Amino acid sequence: MTDDEKIFLVFKDVLKISDDVDRSTLRYNETNGWDSIGHMSLIAGLEDSFDCMLDTDDILDMSSFDKAREIMGKYRDSSD
Amino acid sequence: MSLVELRMLPSHAADPAIKSSLMLDGLNELSNHHYKSCEPYRRIVDGLWQGQAALQAPSLDAVPYLPVSLFKQQSLASIPASDITMTLTSSGTTGQAVSRIYLDKETSSEQQRCLANSMQHVLGPKRLPMLIADTAAVLKDPALMSARGAGVLGMMRFGYRPVFLLDENGQPDEKALENFLAESGESPFFIFGFTFMIWTQLVSRFAGLKPDLSKGILVHSGGWKKLQEQAVDNETFRAELYKSFGLSQVFNFYGMVEQIGSLFIEGAGGLLYPPNFSEFIIRDPMTWEPVPHGQTGLIQVLSLIPRSYPGHSLLTEDLGVLEFAEGADSNSARPGLRVLGRVAKAELRGCSDVIATQNETTSSERVA
Repeated sequence: MTDDEKIFLVFKDVLKISDDVDRSTLRYNETNGWDSIGHMSLIAGLEDSFDCMLDTDDILDMSSFDKAREIMGKYRDSSD
Repeated sequence: MSLVELRMLPSHAADPAIKSSLMLDGLNELSNHHYKSCEPYRRIVDGLWQGQAALQAPSLDAVPYLPVSLFKQQSLASIPASDITMTLTSSGTTGQAVSRIYLDKETSSEQQRCLANSMQHVLGPKRLPMLIADTAAVLKDPALMSARGAGVLGMMRFGYRPVFLLDENGQPDEKALENFLAESGESPFFIFGFTFMIWTQLVSRFAGLKPDLSKGILVHSGGWKKLQEQAVDNETFRAELYKSFGLSQVFNFYGMVEQIGSLFIEGAGGLLYPPNFSEFIIRDPMTWEPVPHGQTGLIQVLSLIPRSYPGHSLLTEDLGVLEFAEGADSNSARPGLRVLGRVAKAELRGCSDVIATQNETTSSERVA
């Protein structure tokens, strides 16, 4: 599975979105369910999926799906 | 230097002279910004200070300030309604008005970054496994999701795989604590809770288990009012945590919903110290003049964070004293704040009468 798919699976699970959603439109505080509680669920999901621990700055920076993809690129070595 | 640069400095460590000059520039810039962008703020500055002249204050104590209760009475924002992404409210008890604080993306992101800077000062650069002296229900129940839920949620960002000490029904979850301690082994961990929850839940309901929390770093807040009624002060609190759990790294902090992001954290002498981008002044409640150290007065708080609402300079309803830690040289040491509690029935006098008569004051709740 590509990183992109791994990340999307977490988003799909937490935000209850469909497969065909335009990923570039997913944004913190805009997308339904991606509020501050949803954000912590996303972080926990990504940490499980990538078996890693995100830095605080990355948690604060993760404001969109695209940004999540960029950030998770840093953590891929620790997974699989 | 800007807020961003002050924030990049190690927490609570900026040189006092450099800090106060940077603070003054930043606060004056914010006064100008709010004067231009917030009509009620402009009217207050024009009416109670000398209008635009007050926007170039020559010293920190000359920066115009608003009584914190004003945020309960009026809608105060320095951004168009369409830019508001979040409205914070204080945890007013039934029948009390609550503060409403309007945030846009920029100010809420700045709050988070400043908060992270202060928390790293206490916890170190890495997120630590986290114990929360509360129930996960505070995040789900809308009735609890005011200041308490928001406080817990805000702190969860600084912890790793948070575990709640109480189950959904508010009962002690001993198994969860045991598992947590077994997994964390000899590594440090982060404990967060409101002060009264630490006392009434962790201390009262877990002491019999004798869990070893000596690797824990406890951060707590929320005020001492409820504990003072049981004659529990900071010294008693710390002594009990050490005796019951071996917990010695304990940090109280002072903050409020009207200035989120600015944490005054406990340091030398049990005093509370503002971060690089914040300051405090103690004022005489009769004359509003700043008082010398050692003298009790009302606490004024100054912060460079509030841009979406005019909250950069606020007169609180809390009484406090500016002190120096015992043995510290008052010429070189940084002053700390001792909070003495809330003014019983906050009553504004003197030059703030205009505001006081327009807005009957109620007390504001401190939150994380």
